Amino acid sequence: MALFEARNVTKKYGDHLALDGVSISVPEQCIFGLLGPNGAGKTTLIRIINQITGPDSGELFLKGKKLTPGDVMSIGYLPEERGLYKKMKVGEQALYFAQLKGLSKDEAMKRLRYWFKKLDIVDWWGKKVEELSKGMQQKVQFVTTVLHEPRLIIFDEPFTGFDPVNANIIKNEILFLRERGATIIFSTHNMESVEELCDNITLINKSKTILEGNVYDIRKQWAANEFDIVMEGDIAIEGNGEFSVLDRKFENGRSTMKLKTTGTGHADLILRKALNSGNIISFNPSLPSMNEIFIRVVESRN
Amino acid sequence: MNKISIIIKREYMTRVRKKSFIIMTILAPVLMAALIILPTFLMMNQEQDYKKIAVIEDNSDLFRGVIKNTSTLEFEYLDNVKIDDIKGSFEEAGYYGVLYISPELITTPNAVQLISKKQPPIGLLEHIENSLENEIERQKLMTYNIENLDQILKNVETRVNIQTKKIGESGEIKETSTGIAMALVYIGGFLMYMLVFIFGAQVMRGVIEEKTSRVVEVIVSSVKPVELMMGKIIGIALVGLTQFLIWVFLTIAITGIVKSTVLKSGDLAGVTQSVTHSVLSPEQQEQMAAEVPEINPELVEFSKLFESAMNQPWGLIILSFIFYFVTGYLLYASIFAAIGSAVDNETETQQFMLPVTIPIILALMVAMGTMQNPESSLSFWFSLIPLTSPIVMMARLPFGVPYWQLAVSMFLMVVTFIAFVWMAAKVYRTGILMYGKKTSWQEIWKWLKYNG
Repeated sequence: MALFEARNVTKKYGDHLALDGVSISVPEQCIFGLLGPNGAGKTTLIRIINQITGPDSGELFLKGKKLTPGDVMSIGYLPEERGLYKKMKVGEQALYFAQLKGLSKDEAMKRLRYWFKKLDIVDWWGKKVEELSKGMQQKVQFVTTVLHEPRLIIFDEPFTGFDPVNANIIKNEILFLRERGATIIFSTHNMESVEELCDNITLINKSKTILEGNVYDIRKQWAANEFDIVMEGDIAIEGNGEFSVLDRKFENGRSTMKLKTTGTGHADLILRKALNSGNIISFNPSLPSMNEIFIRVVESRN
Repeated sequence: MNKISIIIKREYMTRVRKKSFIIMTILAPVLMAALIILPTFLMMNQEQDYKKIAVIEDNSDLFRGVIKNTSTLEFEYLDNVKIDDIKGSFEEAGYYGVLYISPELITTPNAVQLISKKQPPIGLLEHIENSLENEIERQKLMTYNIENLDQILKNVETRVNIQTKKIGESGEIKETSTGIAMALVYIGGFLMYMLVFIFGAQVMRGVIEEKTSRVVEVIVSSVKPVELMMGKIIGIALVGLTQFLIWVFLTIAITGIVKSTVLKSGDLAGVTQSVTHSVLSPEQQEQMAAEVPEINPELVEFSKLFESAMNQPWGLIILSFIFYFVTGYLLYASIFAAIGSAVDNETETQQFMLPVTIPIILALMVAMGTMQNPESSLSFWFSLIPLTSPIVMMARLPFGVPYWQLAVSMFLMVVTFIAFVWMAAKVYRTGILMYGKKTSWQEIWKWLKYNG
């Protein structure tokens, strides 16, 4: 059952149509990628989910029930345009945001202690935000987003401003949250992290949904029967009409080839041929990256 | 509701704990008290500024004893001294200056000189001039050979000093002073102007800060934009009220302490009695002066001012002030909040500030005019129009305002501030989430029409 659902959401700003009948369905404990080029309407949709603005038409459901103002307590939101009060102390500020999400002071303190320890930022509790590095601020912000243990967490570009080490820490925390039962909507332009993290995606372009579904299914769908094979030595294999060689390279004593079969599921044909020709180092179906799919889908629509 | 109180608390606490707030809160009453006390001190210190003046006449004693000594001036007649002898050495001899009167003075008004090292104060010159003029007049009159001239002159001499009295609703007569009323207009009007502008501008800066630091999007995912806006406005209003009340309290305390140590209360009571007579003959005046010899006339003036200040309707003034401060502040603060939400940084606020400043400047101008003529129709209308009424009505209050006018003005104020808060909330809701776009008036008009 879908934890969150939006049906036929439409939103107009004056003459500008920001969302045109967009629907999404986010299964429970899923990491859901909300993708799209700049200005596609992602932020508008996210703001509607957070009830910052209301839709002109369409319906929203959380756990099968219509979304109510009280539901903001079950949602955590880390916006792309995020910030903290610069002159305020880190601890005070985290406490303030927690109280705004309805936590009591004691409960908030207890959880803050846990998270500050976990993310190794305890020493920064009494410092002013302006004294913190950008990455530190992001960590504080991450804590304030998840502190009230929301069922649905929306991350808009959560990794910007992090070095690879801290980005990895945050990535693991996101996976950990999912493990503990949270459902995550993840909006980003970084397609690598989409491949890595997302189960399902929806791609919005010019206020409309243009692609949606399971990430693996989508990539397979766009795969077009291509395979990558790496073999020892300078080896060339011929397809005899059953497959064709698109590309062949010989480097460092290895041959790397890109092959395309004529029908579907003829990987065994290639493998048989290869086994007779020499030693196989690796063999992979060549799935297009989400990046390629993104660009191709968006460009075909423009 | 609970969330608004969390926001109010943050807005209040972060501001009240600022060093600048604490310094201003303590320093301002000290300055205000100094403003009230300093004139008194100056009056006291004048006495120590004692001047001795040598008077020389050329071989005559026409004007001997004519110029009377006062508490700060002493005139010493030097016989057989030539002006040229003392010209260079009077300072060493302990004189402030030398007054040289030539006998031709009766016919030639210029035949008198005051020689001094410093520019003599105007009071000294007036004293000398008046004394000499009176004496010359007397001497000229004497040439007409009128019987009992001295007696006639004494009877004729009168001094007039208008005592203003205001008749209250219940018919009792109160002593008032236009000076005090004017001071109240100044203080009330400017205080209102400053408070509304200082704290209104704080609201605007707060909104801009939240917008540029991008905190706002996080917050509005937890609370409604309206709640955030109202929380901020109310929080800052409480900061303003806190400061205002501390100011009033400290100013009264400091002034009270200093006054009780500087002016002895017994003196004040005596003075108050002595000034109730409005027209006194010279004999009576002398008599009065003999009864209360130590009091100088400036002190009398001061205590009169003090008494008439006490007769102002303070309760009404302070309550009205708080009412107009709160509503006027809410009105302007909501406009400021809307402006803050519509721009990306403080420099962009200018195009929107002008239309907000105009009514306030107008109000101040009308308030100044109110002092000349409190009953003018201009003052009347501006004290009803909500954008200007907080300042103009405060200016009118010390002169007395019919209750129905006050009621209408207050009613309009409440209706208008509710309407403005409502509109500001609509602009604010859209504005805080708009980045990187230069906002125009047309744009804001459009935001007003967006729904939820």
